[in-house]
Amino acid sequence: MSIDSQGPQVGADEWVARQAHRREYLPSWLGQVERATERIGWWPRLAVAALAGAALPSLGLGGFQLQVGIDAMVIALLAVGLNIVVGWAGLLDLGYIAFFGFGAYGFALLSSAQFTSTGIHLPAYLSVPIVMIAAAIVGLGVGLPSRRLIGDYLAIVTLFFGEAFVEFTNNVAPSKLGGPNGIVGIDPIKAFGWQLTSNFGYYYLLVIVLVVTMAVLRLVETSRTGRAWRAVREDPLAAASMTIPVNRVKLAAFAGGAVVAALAGTIYAAQQASVFPTDFDTPILILIYAGLILGGAGSIAGAALGALVVMIIYDGLLRSPTDAGFLFYGLVLLTLLAKLRPWRRLGAVLAATVAFGFVAHAIAGAISARVVAGAPQSGGWIADALRDWVIVPANPQTPGNWGFVVLVCLLIALVQVSSQWRTILLVPAIYLASFVWETRLVVEPSITRQLMIGAILIVMMNARPQGLLGQRRVEALT
Amino acid sequence: MGFFFQELVNGVTTGALYALIALGFSMVYGVLKLLNFAHGDLYMVGAYIGFFVIQFFGGAAHVNIPVPLLLVIMFVLAAGLVGGLGVAIERFAYRPLRDAPRIAPLITAIGISFFLENSALLLFGAQYRIYNTSEFISFSSGIQIGSVSIDSVQIMVVVLGAALMLGLRLLVNRTRLGKQMRAVAADREAAEMLGINVDFTIAATFFLGSALAGVAGVMAGLLFNQVTNTIGFIAGLKAFTAAVVGGIGSLPGAMLGGLLIGIAESFVTGYISSTFTNLIVFGLLIVVMLVRPSGLLGRAQLQKV
Repeated sequence: MSIDSQGPQVGADEWVARQAHRREYLPSWLGQVERATERIGWWPRLAVAALAGAALPSLGLGGFQLQVGIDAMVIALLAVGLNIVVGWAGLLDLGYIAFFGFGAYGFALLSSAQFTSTGIHLPAYLSVPIVMIAAAIVGLGVGLPSRRLIGDYLAIVTLFFGEAFVEFTNNVAPSKLGGPNGIVGIDPIKAFGWQLTSNFGYYYLLVIVLVVTMAVLRLVETSRTGRAWRAVREDPLAAASMTIPVNRVKLAAFAGGAVVAALAGTIYAAQQASVFPTDFDTPILILIYAGLILGGAGSIAGAALGALVVMIIYDGLLRSPTDAGFLFYGLVLLTLLAKLRPWRRLGAVLAATVAFGFVAHAIAGAISARVVAGAPQSGGWIADALRDWVIVPANPQTPGNWGFVVLVCLLIALVQVSSQWRTILLVPAIYLASFVWETRLVVEPSITRQLMIGAILIVMMNARPQGLLGQRRVEALT
Repeated sequence: MGFFFQELVNGVTTGALYALIALGFSMVYGVLKLLNFAHGDLYMVGAYIGFFVIQFFGGAAHVNIPVPLLLVIMFVLAAGLVGGLGVAIERFAYRPLRDAPRIAPLITAIGISFFLENSALLLFGAQYRIYNTSEFISFSSGIQIGSVSIDSVQIMVVVLGAALMLGLRLLVNRTRLGKQMRAVAADREAAEMLGINVDFTIAATFFLGSALAGVAGVMAGLLFNQVTNTIGFIAGLKAFTAAVVGGIGSLPGAMLGGLLIGIAESFVTGYISSTFTNLIVFGLLIVVMLVRPSGLLGRAQLQKV
């Protein structure tokens, strides 16, 4: 778009968005990577990602890593589907997880011994399409309120739909749905004489399904329907006056999201060979949202990438203290590198933090040996490097808890104060974060990962609401 | 008939609790048009604060100060600290998003709810903390009418709840701050142009709403006797239901909705089965939303262009 000297008149918002986007580029090498990836087209990028995904197992990925990969791709598939409803159509669907559960339970009922007495025990190539079609119909039903309810009201109704699904599977018809014990003994996926029994099989199936889904959705995105979704998101009234059938478009978004979620559900059920109500509860929904928000709502690649990153950290890295240590200190360093300008200030903060730690450790050690009696809980060489730097008391739990409370207060304060004070406060904040990490967070990985999910949602929404790959949206002035 | 009235009494008690949570929720929605999903977790924090106050003064069995004083300290401390926490959340997470697309603060609120819930898990562990109310408040000192017994904690919850609701109503309708709150709720920009300190008014609303949730948390601790980090989510859902059934943004509506939900829940548990309580309450909400989206006492709003 050319910009003349009189300034933009037509499409001013887009111009503003583009300017904002240009300024939003991450500085230095991160921005260069971002620009370089943007120069390659969308389809080549998808092909490269697919090849990379397919090549990973041959690099010696096995057992546990493979399971993490499978879970990550299931969540990525769900995030891509959620992107239709939330990212494109702009409808906040908090009951999305129920469609995942619907797909899993549907497949579990049709393709297991559950209904054999009534003669229903279908092979996967029949039950998967049946479940997907049924999910589309349920999606239309759940989407019906979106005709009347807008924004927050829709969020509540869908949230209750999701809760009702968990309550339903937990309490209704325990002989068929199994109550809290769920359904076990579900068939593996079997088609064209092939039967998927190993995790390798499911890994490749998921790579294919994910890539095909993304490709189809890319075609939808650039189609008439995709444009209609975005138009409805931006302004339903304007869209209606442009003869877009707003209600039908919204329903289509719900149905589309439901179909993708149900597909993910069937694969999940077949791979796990069992389903339980708790697999489809709110924490998983929040996990999917975290992936979508991190990657950038509105972008297919962003949704998939964000979900993969979130799941690999959540399920894979945080379980081992060594990996978790690398992740934590790496993230702290990367954030400082990306956000702290100029270089002098960065160097000063790092040097001050290192000095602060050694001094604090020496003083604390001189006062009482018990205060520094513990060892850092991160594994590997990080623990050795930090031994004389971070204070770990002999009994770390209570001090760690207080440290956590103070750290949260300090981080809130950091955002509020002026930039000079921020630089000064940053030093104790980093040190305190390291202290809390070594005393509490690294020993409680299951809580730490949930805290991380919450923090991703809060921080991304405040710092970079368009996510890593999304386009910044500019609200038209009203 | 005795059973009916007993269930009614229980329903009114839990209803008062839900109404208090729903009030804060509805107030915040009124001024910010934001569904504060973290509201239920503030209630959970309040319940923990009550528990630690009991522990601080010697534990339930050996309370070393007069019991009325203990109750006052519990309620005041919970209200103050949770109110402060609410203001901090608003300042840190919601204020920067005031002009962002509507979806952004909602997702932030979900993140905060998740963060609070898991912070409590990290700090206090997953085990239930038991209030042991009966050790320092005698349940039998209540009233007995025929076969219906109302214990002293229930009386206290209902009386305190009613007093707080009345106080809030007076504050919103009669005071300067209340007038400012109503003005901000009606039109934020216009209120700002008329010289109202919008930031302060919103912070005050958050303080009041969160403080009510904190008080409700202590009440729940006394009433149900146990606290854990997940109680906030389900109570928050019930309070949303109450606020929405009554008409979101309407304070009398939130009270009415809270009572209705409490009574409905109590009757479903008593007459049908406790396994279906939540399912029926959620179903009720969906029906109300579809039939009358503006709630029982809410006014249908015209969409401004």
